[in-house]
Amino acid sequence: MLLAFLMSIALAVIRVRDLFVVVMLSSVYSFMTATLFMDLDAVDVAFTEAAVGAGVTGVLMLSTLRLTGRWERRPSHGPLLPLIVVSITGAALIYGTLDAPLLGDPMAPVQQHVAPRYIEQGPVEVGMPNMVTAVLASYRGFDTFGETFVIFTAGIAVLLLLGIQEGPQTKPGRTAIGDQLVLRVVVKMVIPLILLYGLYVQFHGDFGAGGGFQAGVIFATAFVLYDLVFGEGDARLVAPPSWLHRLGALGVLIYGGVGLYSLFVGKPFLDYSALSHDPVHGQHFGVLLVELGVGITVFSIVLAIFYALSGRNKAT
Amino acid sequence: MSDLPGLYNYWVTVFLMMAGFYVVISQGNLVKKLVGLSVFQTSVFIFYISMGKVAGGHAPILTEGVTVYSNPLPHVLILTAIVVGVATTAVGLALVVRIREAYGSVEEDDIQALDNAADTEPDGPADSAESPRP
Repeated sequence: MLLAFLMSIALAVIRVRDLFVVVMLSSVYSFMTATLFMDLDAVDVAFTEAAVGAGVTGVLMLSTLRLTGRWERRPSHGPLLPLIVVSITGAALIYGTLDAPLLGDPMAPVQQHVAPRYIEQGPVEVGMPNMVTAVLASYRGFDTFGETFVIFTAGIAVLLLLGIQEGPQTKPGRTAIGDQLVLRVVVKMVIPLILLYGLYVQFHGDFGAGGGFQAGVIFATAFVLYDLVFGEGDARLVAPPSWLHRLGALGVLIYGGVGLYSLFVGKPFLDYSALSHDPVHGQHFGVLLVELGVGITVFSIVLAIFYALSGRNKAT
Repeated sequence: MSDLPGLYNYWVTVFLMMAGFYVVISQGNLVKKLVGLSVFQTSVFIFYISMGKVAGGHAPILTEGVTVYSNPLPHVLILTAIVVGVATTAVGLALVVRIREAYGSVEEDDIQALDNAADTEPDGPADSAESPRP
């Protein structure tokens, strides 16, 4: 049922020429996907998709639309050729799935290789109930370090391309939507809760769903919300853009620092047992620090990207 | 989801992937192409998460009295991929904004036409379309 919804939204995205509607549809699509992930037991992923896909991506796309225009032109060439290409590729892929194991098959090759080890040994070795966090920050700490670095690099790339501009719309007290009393009051009440929730997600990620990636995005959305309602200038007074670059670097530095520390103590890179006498305690410290680094980087980069896109002066 | 639908999930994944692919190759607007790309990307996410599902399994958080968990590994991969995805999409959007400023359009055909015109007459419209430095 959900999947049918997803398919109809995808079709609508193809048909509609109003890009504003397309962006809204893609947010709905992301939210549906998050629900689907929930259904497939991937709570952490659902969480991330809801915060990122339905929240941040939509805002970034809308900021871009402000600069590039709302309407799409009708394509000049016919849909026949792309349709043929797509049909052939799709048919080949569907033919490929015919040999795939059925959904939920416990004997499928995916479930046989490293997953049993993570599920059985993870809670013992790393000492935390959430296996996703254990795999993310401990077993595959190298991957996550790389990914944090990719996010950092992407943030740098956006800042290189756009920079964070000053302009009339970034003066304090100016808002894009005008003085909306109801929104102001509601947002003032909601923002502390969002921040508190972000902190909970950050530090409770070892035990329940959550972690640095989600917390960073949730924290950033609180500031984005403030920005949207109270104006770009006020938001920049609260979280100055010049801090964000440094915070982004600081997060990566914390992550890398943990790795280097364990190197200096004579253990392999990112071996958290170096952090404490008891290996399981060391894992706890390590995961906490690493997730903190991830959270700081993700928060500052997402907010910096938002500033860069939303504060850009419109070209005439 | 008590009755698991066999291969249906994979087929929907393929459909969504092809829908995204179609948007990318057939439509001229660069913002729309990016939306198509993110639909494509999400279909890969759904594919991975579907693979990790175990019938009768629970979310991979250690709980009393639960013995069957879904595979945590695809969850980890996709969780990070989503956040990396938004970062890379943002780079794409930034490029689109710069293209808009340099060419005055985000339609592929216009950009191609301007490029062709600039190729035929070396000091023609290319200079006038140049954006002021920020």
